[in-house]
Amino acid sequence: MNAPVVLNASKLARFYAVPRGAFKAPATVKALAEASFTLEAGKTLAVVGESGCGKSTLARLVTMIEEPSEGHLMIGDTDVVNADREALRKLRSEVQIVFQNPYGSLNPRQKIIDALAEPLIINRKEMSAADRKAAVLDMLKRVGLRPEHANRYPHMFSGGQRQRIAIARALMLKPKILVLDEPVSALDVSVQAQVLNLLVELQESLGLSYLFISHGLSVVRHMADEILVMYLGRVVERAPREKLFEQPLHPYTQALLSATPMADPERQRERIRLKGELPSPFNPPTGCAFHPRCPRAFDKCKVERPELRWHGETEVACWAVERDEALVATQAG
Amino acid sequence: MPADRTVTAAAPTVKAPPGPFVAFFRDFSENRAALVGLIILSLLVFVAIFANFLAPYSPYEQFRDFVRTPPAWAEGGNSAFLLGTDEIGRDMLSRLIFGARLSLFIGLSVVVASMAVGIVLGLVAAFAPGWPSIVIMRAMDVILSVPSLLLAIVIVAIIGPSLTNTIIAITVVYLPYYVRLVRASALQEKTRDYVTAARVGGAGTLRIMFKTVLPNCMAPIIVQAALTISNAILEAAALGFLGLGAQPPSPEWGAMLASAREFLQSAPWIVTEPGLAILITVLSINLVGDGLRDALDPKMRRS
Repeated sequence: MNAPVVLNASKLARFYAVPRGAFKAPATVKALAEASFTLEAGKTLAVVGESGCGKSTLARLVTMIEEPSEGHLMIGDTDVVNADREALRKLRSEVQIVFQNPYGSLNPRQKIIDALAEPLIINRKEMSAADRKAAVLDMLKRVGLRPEHANRYPHMFSGGQRQRIAIARALMLKPKILVLDEPVSALDVSVQAQVLNLLVELQESLGLSYLFISHGLSVVRHMADEILVMYLGRVVERAPREKLFEQPLHPYTQALLSATPMADPERQRERIRLKGELPSPFNPPTGCAFHPRCPRAFDKCKVERPELRWHGETEVACWAVERDEALVATQAG
Repeated sequence: MPADRTVTAAAPTVKAPPGPFVAFFRDFSENRAALVGLIILSLLVFVAIFANFLAPYSPYEQFRDFVRTPPAWAEGGNSAFLLGTDEIGRDMLSRLIFGARLSLFIGLSVVVASMAVGIVLGLVAAFAPGWPSIVIMRAMDVILSVPSLLLAIVIVAIIGPSLTNTIIAITVVYLPYYVRLVRASALQEKTRDYVTAARVGGAGTLRIMFKTVLPNCMAPIIVQAALTISNAILEAAALGFLGLGAQPPSPEWGAMLASAREFLQSAPWIVTEPGLAILITVLSINLVGDGLRDALDPKMRRS
């Protein structure tokens, strides 16, 4: 039942020093704090949250573009933090990334065939030019493009086609993990579905594990096995997909879900409106970072930060949820 | 290329999209002035390359009997010397033709040298944010703070007046423009996702500098190069005029101006003709440069 774990993060954190002029000490922004999760082979872990919650930072850490400030990240059996150069070089082909904006992620001066062959030239030096070309054309076919597209430049393609190209490039090294950083949010809705279907297809045929980053839950609904909800750099809830959609525990998850549009006029839902703005990450609120906007916040939330605790199949960091549970327990007992 | 053939056979209806060069030339030729400039410039280049065959005489040969002969169409002109002769009887046309070779050579070598060095320094400054960047950029600021002709004079005065040293001096003078331009565009391109993607794909810093980022910075660099050629020619002429550039017997246009300036009243063509040659050359190069900028500037390009 349990597939091997391909990605294991424990207490992963990334801080940024932000200079505030010549006479002040630089401020520290905790873009990501204490993120722990595992990703199993062939599964999809979705990371959801509004902008600024640290999900893109997470993507940059997992793809080794940046190093974590704290915590550990295991890819396969290798610890990224302590790995030497050679091991890191090998890991590079294990994790690849697809960016949000397909207009910025392809080199405008590079033909498609060169863009796709580049990772092979760098990492598979023993490969002959003919083999490389064959691999590129094969990959183009896999993502639904035609071989004659190979000699064109990126500006000759539409957004959806570009995203297919970006996916093809990410897959050239046969990675085990693909980080998808909002891969469809820059696309038309009709094209979104095509690209998502392509991703599902590729996952099945290649046995890929996805770390799917998204700002909304609707896209994730059809893709994810497990969902991680983040708020201001911290994980607030982690749950299997069905569980999260049926019975969201954290008030923030509930608000996110209620904001997800549904194509069903019969199903009226109560829309939870959040008060206020996302607080500044320079100086996050004390206690639970969500308490200023939380409809269920009480005294304890302002003082103490809740840790992730198991509630059934769900892991959630919320005092209100714990209080409910305690109430149920006392009533039962 | 057998694979290519199968591709075209599989989809015969697909018309090949216009190559980047075709599209570029279409944009370029829309600017009429640039086209005229290109024609004049090509003519100049042709003349410079085939100077040995086109010039009626050697540029150094002195016809003592025909000192200061006016151009052929003027009163007292001689049809053997179409543009007249100079103060010691050398054929002006031949000297101008060989001068074109010198001037274009100076312009081109200055541009190639300052572009090559500027690209390397600019990319290093963009990709090494610590002290290398600081050292390079402050050195460029120092060069920029001295008036360009003055700096060129100082450099030539130190290393001695000659054609090669003129080229070196002007190269140094124009270096900062390239370094700044390359650094600015590289810094901008560096943050784009495709650079990150290349890094995730395993590309090293050198590869990213020269293969990923540089081609995307080339458009403004090429425009700058086209505009620098004309400035370099002017500056070389100025140094020649001051006696610090190419030395007298050589038919450099600036040196020709200088040696003939006392005859401005009595034999104006000796001074006017090299001046006109400089004017036409610089003008045509500037027109081509403008056309290049219009055709290469991504903001003005229609997709």
